[in-house]
Amino acid sequence: MKLIQSLLMLLLAACALGAQAKYNGEDRGKPVMPSENNAKMQAECSGCHMAYPAGLLPAASWKKLMAGLDKHFGTDASLSPQDTKEITDYLVKYASNRWTSSAAPLRITEGEWFKNKHDSSEINPSIWKRESVKSPGNCSACHQGAERGDFNEDRIRIPQ
Amino acid sequence: MISTFRPTHLLACLALSTPMLASANPILDGYKAEIKGSFAAAAGEKLYKTVGPNQLSCASCHTDSPKNAGKHAKTNKAIDPLAPSANPKRFTDAAQVEKWFKRNCNDALGRACTTQEKGDFMTYVLSVK
Repeated sequence: MKLIQSLLMLLLAACALGAQAKYNGEDRGKPVMPSENNAKMQAECSGCHMAYPAGLLPAASWKKLMAGLDKHFGTDASLSPQDTKEITDYLVKYASNRWTSSAAPLRITEGEWFKNKHDSSEINPSIWKRESVKSPGNCSACHQGAERGDFNEDRIRIPQ
Repeated sequence: MISTFRPTHLLACLALSTPMLASANPILDGYKAEIKGSFAAAAGEKLYKTVGPNQLSCASCHTDSPKNAGKHAKTNKAIDPLAPSANPKRFTDAAQVEKWFKRNCNDALGRACTTQEKGDFMTYVLSVK
């Protein structure tokens, strides 16, 4: 009886954990787009690519990423210390509020939620290589409203 | 972007009406004061086209002419023209200019640019009509 009881408890605990840990705990925040904007973050990030919403990564990722801007995926994206601090503070404040894993990837595309939503059964890998798409980091190639935080599945248009 | 009246605008107007002052740019003047020498557009153009250790040049993103709109080589992000003749906002903010020279010299040439190089480069880009 005691054994059954503890087994049941274990099962319950596992279920609770399972519900908690969607995408192995690597889930984007909700809402994806924070209610508050930061003009500096918008301006500086979008100098080279879309200003990705803070909620797509956990705070630990943003801290790491912002500490290494001089070697930003093979590019020097360094900022003044003041700008770095202001943008880091903003990103950390509005980072994913549903990320429970200790994993802190630098690439949004390495998060479990991203891989799950964009796996090869959904999106043929050749699509990423199209000149009109170029890389999975180019959200707005398919999510036309990405800049406004609109990633709604019904409004996806995959370009040729 | 809020446009405020600055003395540099007045200078720009003067420059337009007086061909002799056509290349006047306070940032370029600052570089000139640093090197106590002169700059050459031809040297700047050569630098613009130099392919560095990362197989990148200025032209990789800014196209063959600084007058054209460019596209980021990696991200596809649209880039406004670099030449002030096509985009008057360029080379008006010293902090922006320094920020981009630091980043792009590192990316394209794998090292920092000298003041001489920055001046040559600006002289070239400012001369493109």
